[in-house]
Amino acid sequence: MVDYRRLGLKAGLEVHQQLDTANKLFCGCPTKLRDNNESIYEIRRHLHMTESELGEIDRAVMEAVQVQRRFVYKGYDTTCLVENDEEPPQVLNQEALDIALEVALLLNMRVVDETHTMRKIVIDGSNTSGFQRTALIASNGNIVVDGSAVRIDILCLEEEAAQRIPDDGRTYSLDRLGIPLVEIGTAPDITTPEQARSVAEHIGIILRSTGKVKRGIGTIRQDVNISIAEGARVEIKGVQTLNLIKSIVENEVTRQVGLLRIREELKKRGAMRIKADVIGVSDIFANTRCTVIETALKSGIVMAVNLPNFGGLVGREIQSNRTLGAEFSDHAKRFGVGRIFHTDELPKYGITKTEVNTVRKKVRAGPDDCVVIAAGDEGQVRSALNAVVKRANEALDGVPEETRRALPDGNSAYMRPLPGAARMYPETDVLPVRISKKRLKRIKRSLPELFQERKERYMKDYGLNEELAELITRSANAPLFEQIMRLNISPTLVVMTLEATTSELKRRGVPVQNLEAMHFIELFELICANKIAKEGIPRVLEGLANNPDKTAEEIASEAGLQTLDRVAIESVIERIVQSKRAFIKEKGYGVIGPLMGVVMLELRGKVDGKLVSTILKEKVSDIIKERG
Amino acid sequence: MKVGDRVRIKKGDVTYTGLVMPSTGEYIVLKLDNGYNVGIKKDASTKITVLKKGAKIARRKKTPAPLGNRALPKVSILSTGGTIASKVDYRTGAVSSQFSVGDILSAIPELAEIANFNGRVIYGILSENMRAEYWQELARAVADDIKKGADGVIITHGTDTMTYTAAALSFMLKTPVPIVLVGSQRSADRPSSDNVVNAVCAARVATSDIAEVTVVMHATSSDDQCLIHRGTRVRKMHTSKRDAFQSINDKPVGLVDYKDKTIYPFGEYRKRNVQELVLKEGLETKCALVKFFPGASPMIIDHYADAGYKGLVIEGTGLGHVSTEWIPSIKRAVDNGMHVIMTSQCLSGRVCDRVYDTGRDLLKAGVIEGEDMLPEVALVKLMWVLDRTDGQEEVRQLMQTSLAGEISERSTYG
Repeated sequence: MVDYRRLGLKAGLEVHQQLDTANKLFCGCPTKLRDNNESIYEIRRHLHMTESELGEIDRAVMEAVQVQRRFVYKGYDTTCLVENDEEPPQVLNQEALDIALEVALLLNMRVVDETHTMRKIVIDGSNTSGFQRTALIASNGNIVVDGSAVRIDILCLEEEAAQRIPDDGRTYSLDRLGIPLVEIGTAPDITTPEQARSVAEHIGIILRSTGKVKRGIGTIRQDVNISIAEGARVEIKGVQTLNLIKSIVENEVTRQVGLLRIREELKKRGAMRIKADVIGVSDIFANTRCTVIETALKSGIVMAVNLPNFGGLVGREIQSNRTLGAEFSDHAKRFGVGRIFHTDELPKYGITKTEVNTVRKKVRAGPDDCVVIAAGDEGQVRSALNAVVKRANEALDGVPEETRRALPDGNSAYMRPLPGAARMYPETDVLPVRISKKRLKRIKRSLPELFQERKERYMKDYGLNEELAELITRSANAPLFEQIMRLNISPTLVVMTLEATTSELKRRGVPVQNLEAMHFIELFELICANKIAKEGIPRVLEGLANNPDKTAEEIASEAGLQTLDRVAIESVIERIVQSKRAFIKEKGYGVIGPLMGVVMLELRGKVDGKLVSTILKEKVSDIIKERG
Repeated sequence: MKVGDRVRIKKGDVTYTGLVMPSTGEYIVLKLDNGYNVGIKKDASTKITVLKKGAKIARRKKTPAPLGNRALPKVSILSTGGTIASKVDYRTGAVSSQFSVGDILSAIPELAEIANFNGRVIYGILSENMRAEYWQELARAVADDIKKGADGVIITHGTDTMTYTAAALSFMLKTPVPIVLVGSQRSADRPSSDNVVNAVCAARVATSDIAEVTVVMHATSSDDQCLIHRGTRVRKMHTSKRDAFQSINDKPVGLVDYKDKTIYPFGEYRKRNVQELVLKEGLETKCALVKFFPGASPMIIDHYADAGYKGLVIEGTGLGHVSTEWIPSIKRAVDNGMHVIMTSQCLSGRVCDRVYDTGRDLLKAGVIEGEDMLPEVALVKLMWVLDRTDGQEEVRQLMQTSLAGEISERSTYG
């Protein structure tokens, strides 16, 4: 068991949540995601480095500029010149601002008097403009989760970035660009991985309780800031699920502990700052059996650099299945080099012991040293190995401050240096917005009920048990549930239909996304009027999902699901009972079970099973009594 | 508390710490340590503590322009302001023109591979503040630099009125070297600015053998290519898109590929060193441009005539018409010595006043058909022509002859 308090774990969260507004933050386009194949135009752009208003260039921007800056953007009939960066932004979306203010108040935050939209310079291509528009709305909030207070430092209203098209490093889709989102940043008050998860969950619940945020995969993302004593602040971006947060924190702590141990070991060995001395070693690999190097040599070069005193440390695991060498490789890959090799892992991959020894000799590596080898275009290889040396030197200091990308297994990979304040620049095309006391009062009056309050109300008002109350409270169907409950109907049946029946239908491949509020209301009206039995619900919903333009009543009648009246039911049962007279006389009341099956075969979905059972019992009893 | 001070502001139960920024109104604007600016309204409860005085908002020292390669052609950059060289203005909170030539060169290092630059600031104004006198000053500066041996001249210019300046220079200068106007539609302070591609392509044209006054701007919304437009044929046709500039009634001179820096000409152009440098910058500035609209009052013509205007360009409807009501006013103006040129608000196509009665009446009243000239180009040309001569026939003849590629003899299909 790791003692996180002793390690001095400090973690903070940044939660990004897309808002469910009609329009984007700075233009009138719908906030609708599209299929990439629906794109109707493409534009190609370059991004360039610019200064902040203080005349500084941000270090994160500086590094991105050295890597890659040509991008392709795909546009749609739902995007406009604002996304294309070809028209000044419109005024800040007031619907989005209202939602942001609502969230700020729910998080007990202090709202600024006047909000200034800034340009956060981001030149990885995810914004056509080269910056993300963002405005600080509130600060100084706090929430209490499981008895401990966590301060909420900052709430910003920002535009969502364009989405990178998979398998292509430089094409972005413009549909997502400009969707409003709130970014909520906590103070580094979190002290355990478990708490990180609970805080994220709590903030998520508050966001969803507004009923004005987008739902589904990718609509909420968490970044986690983590440091331990003597470690450094590391930001891990893009954690998409709650369950991953805990392991992200755990693994980052492991990583920082591992890096600190490596620092101690290097100190013990008397390691000094390394001067990059990248040396050509192509001749040694002239007849190599390593396919990576062999291919690279056809048009390129093999080079190596010695890392004194790093022997055995580069191959050391600092997260499960990730070594310090993997960190080196993250840095090297940014310069277009496919992979690097280090002597801690060699001989392997077709590289022989002789080759390794010859390389070690050529770069004058001692027994405690590690040699890193890369192959490819000379410029790229040189930059890659220089980046490795830079990262190795950082290992002498312990943990480098940086931004990392969350990996699906709970580990993380290097992304870029931590950006600083120098990347903020005022967005001069958007006027500052004053937030009046009157506006805050109006929003305060209509703050939504929090989930806990809603759950308790459902238990009290509708007599739902805690489990079902919890289920419907957190569901997007909660407002629909309340609407249906105006009918005189069993709350349990409604919750089960909205939550269980629909998910069962979905599992069976029924297009339940076609079902709208009106469909459910019609359905329950039919049930209230005894026009169909509750057994018919799945079939009506299935029919409606497949034919959303029809009414519930039409579906019920086409499927022959309309409830039979008592006379009709009696006549069906009478017919069956008469045909089985002998059987009944012989077996007595024992026949009710088997006969029920026969009757229901004919009546399923059209009648209430209880009623059938009552009538059947009467009829059987009549026949048995005849005998006596 | 002054701009640049580091302060702590306590308001109610909130404390903000940061740098005081120039304010645009009565609210205090503070740049917080996280980089965000916020506006704070001062009230009775607000307590301000200055933590560190007078920390100036440090501007990075200007990097000196990279030393040119003497083997490359000599190109002069004349800066007139505009978006290709702009910065945030804290007084107004908006973008304004402030860059020097050195700033342009250090912002676009690629330029140094194309030519050996020399530059100066002629003036730093937004192009809507341009005046005819500024065109003349600019023409003199261009001529000076060519005399001093420039192999090409680049003029950085705001895009709004760039085409007026291009037309003015086209008439004022006979040039042995390329004269290129360039600007940007998205300000230079943003990473996505079109200034880099435009400036690099302009430099390429300035070192080419296209010895004409041209405008070089984006060909499409993408950062791939620029079109080279003849200075008398180009018009800004969109408020904000990168490819706002289009040639009307003529093909562009050619295209520059940004990637391989190659020029692809579309037709004939005047070659380098075939004509001697001649500067004739005189302009009759008492000229105006009037747009006709249905129901427009002819009083506007009377007004200009009474104010002593020497020339008037009318942007008429269709083939070149105004309402019958205007004809007496036009006739009176012409009879009193004003020269009236008819152009079309269609922009594309040629004026012809011989088809309909109104047209024939306009001709009778003394209106000169502006052929297929753009209205703004006709205005600038009229200013230039009226400084040469006042003779009615001579003006007519000059206005209907192509002096700088502004008129085509034939209206072609494509």
